[in-house]
Amino acid sequence: MGFLEERFEDNIVTAKLDQLLSWARSTSAWYFQFGLACCAIEMMATAASRHDLERIGMMPRSSPRQADVMIVAGTVTLKMATRVKKLYDQMADPKYVVSMGSCSNSGGPYSRQGYHVLKGVDQVVPVDVYVPGCPPRPEALLEGLIKLQEKIKQERPLTKKK
Amino acid sequence: MNVNQKVSQIVEEKFPGSVIIPEEPQNDFIQLNSEKWNEIAKFLKTESALKFDSCQCITGVDLGAETEKLEVRYNFHSTKHLHKVEIRIATDRKRPSIPSVEQIWRVADWFEREVYDMYGIRFKGHRDLRRMLLPDDWKGWPLRKDYKTPQTYNGMKVPKVRKGWD
Amino acid sequence: MGLIKADEMTLNIGPQHPSTHGVLRLKVKTDGEIVSEITPVIGYLHRCFEKHCEYLTYEQVIPFTDRCDYIAAMNNNFGYVVAVEKMMDIQVPERVEYIRIIMAELNRIASHLLALGTFGLDVGAYTPFLYMFRDRERILDLFEITCGARLLYNYMWIGGVSHDLPVGFVEATYRFLDEFEKKSEEYHNILSYNKIFIERTADVGVLPKDVAIDYGVTGPNLRGSGVKWDLRKDEPYSIYEKFKFEVPVGQGLMGSVGDSWDRYWVRAEEMKESVKIVRQALDKMPRKGDVHEALPKRVRPPQGSIYFRTESPRGDLGYYIISDGKDKPVRVKMRSPAFTALSALSEIASGWMLSDVLVVLGSLDIVLGEIDR
Repeated sequence: MGFLEERFEDNIVTAKLDQLLSWARSTSAWYFQFGLACCAIEMMATAASRHDLERIGMMPRSSPRQADVMIVAGTVTLKMATRVKKLYDQMADPKYVVSMGSCSNSGGPYSRQGYHVLKGVDQVVPVDVYVPGCPPRPEALLEGLIKLQEKIKQERPLTKKK
Repeated sequence: MNVNQKVSQIVEEKFPGSVIIPEEPQNDFIQLNSEKWNEIAKFLKTESALKFDSCQCITGVDLGAETEKLEVRYNFHSTKHLHKVEIRIATDRKRPSIPSVEQIWRVADWFEREVYDMYGIRFKGHRDLRRMLLPDDWKGWPLRKDYKTPQTYNGMKVPKVRKGWD
Repeated sequence: MGLIKADEMTLNIGPQHPSTHGVLRLKVKTDGEIVSEITPVIGYLHRCFEKHCEYLTYEQVIPFTDRCDYIAAMNNNFGYVVAVEKMMDIQVPERVEYIRIIMAELNRIASHLLALGTFGLDVGAYTPFLYMFRDRERILDLFEITCGARLLYNYMWIGGVSHDLPVGFVEATYRFLDEFEKKSEEYHNILSYNKIFIERTADVGVLPKDVAIDYGVTGPNLRGSGVKWDLRKDEPYSIYEKFKFEVPVGQGLMGSVGDSWDRYWVRAEEMKESVKIVRQALDKMPRKGDVHEALPKRVRPPQGSIYFRTESPRGDLGYYIISDGKDKPVRVKMRSPAFTALSALSEIASGWMLSDVLVVLGSLDIVLGEIDR
């Protein structure tokens, strides 16, 4: 804010409430710490020192009830799939899902003989962004999350749907 | 003479008829009858010359659907004498059952549950023989060679959804 | 405690819980805050590793071993390839042996850093987590310039390694080691001797020696209980007998031998020993040589079976491999150290407060990928 500081009179910003809401939502999308497998380690690395997820306004929450974004990081097994659904249902609207890594996108390397692996988390919850990779690099996850933010920004939650 | 042969001799002396001598002589493992396995296991752990106090690994094996047999292989290690032994016990494929050693080595509790989960081998005398990795309502024994992957589980599709991929 | 018995309540922790280190579920019977019984429920990450092995060739199994213990993938590769090489009787070039040991030990440091960082997180210390991840990233950088992957490497192949060391790797590693050695003191100051940390971990969840052996607990957890048992020393594989290093054991410095602090301490000390090993390996490593020299044309081990174990950061990692002489294994069983360590949880954490259960769980350093496979 450096170059703007102490230059103006007290003023008013006008914007559509719709836009303001979606802008606010997009820049403080708290994510649900939902580590399942290998990708969870990369998600932790993204949140930790070097990549620092909090700089784009994303903060880990341990409870689904406080979170806006669910990052499904890792293989979803059949035993876990019902829990994923349950956790998704516990989240408050508006909610978004990022599917991180090949396993949760499509079963990944476990898609051939994986008798106990769900081939794609989109079978149980709706997915907004798919991040490819096994595991995706932290940069890839960041890219995916920024894509998600762009998506949220374009939402118009108050406008009447035709 | 290696450890396996030595142990095999000691066990045969103490429990005559329990060691199955294979057609071709070998010294990598000891093949045992399942009948007295529980007593033999206790003996292996407590006998001062053997002292196999650490159960390393219990592996279930299916050597093919045509063999009519399932096998369980035990790897023991002694932290006192620093020697190792491998024991194999075969069981019938139709009604697989082997005495449990869960109360002798505590670690065998989970190992045996895992073998039960994957092969359906019942361990007689195990106090808590349930499915371990798979859900309780799962059907079939996945690591048997004749296992067929189910089409659905609780309404979820199991085989890969090929539509839109290939 | 324990004279008045209130109603028992069953509490469910997980499968989604920030302190269970993955998708572990604990069914806990509590009497007030005191835990009387713990039943771990596992299998939420059962990815059918052993079934896949039966349908893949021996080389194709290697990336799957990565994904079992995703925190120490190099060590998992190592155990598997050494087992197959033993079956096939392959002699790998000396340079490859050194490269493997450098990688395995660097990965051990990275794994312990993550274990200690998240352990700090479990007891409420956030800063060590960030510090340790900062240093872990530097090790991952070294792996990345070598094989291109940050987490799952598929680096060790049967008879060799996938890539030779890149230009500048040796210097970069020396630089890292120099800086890292100073930092291990920093960790001690920030975490090990932190008053709150000691209060939370010392004397909590004592694992006696005989119980540890009975439950098949291995690795740092066993050494924390005062048993000097390290496969790198006691059953040396690869070329570990050429290196000089100590095996740290728990001494009960802050409480009794085998408590959570001792398990933590053993890991912290082991990192220093790994630094020593990497340094020696870098010094002695032949500078030239083809790393693909001993790659077999066909991997077809002779008929038979092998049970071979190596020391992974979590303990004895065993592979039971059965071959029928064809290019695909009949059976690959992984004996995972975290599996046995978790089975002892109920024994050592019962009788403690609920908050201590998670401390004990954190100190055991489990990886669910390896437990469920």
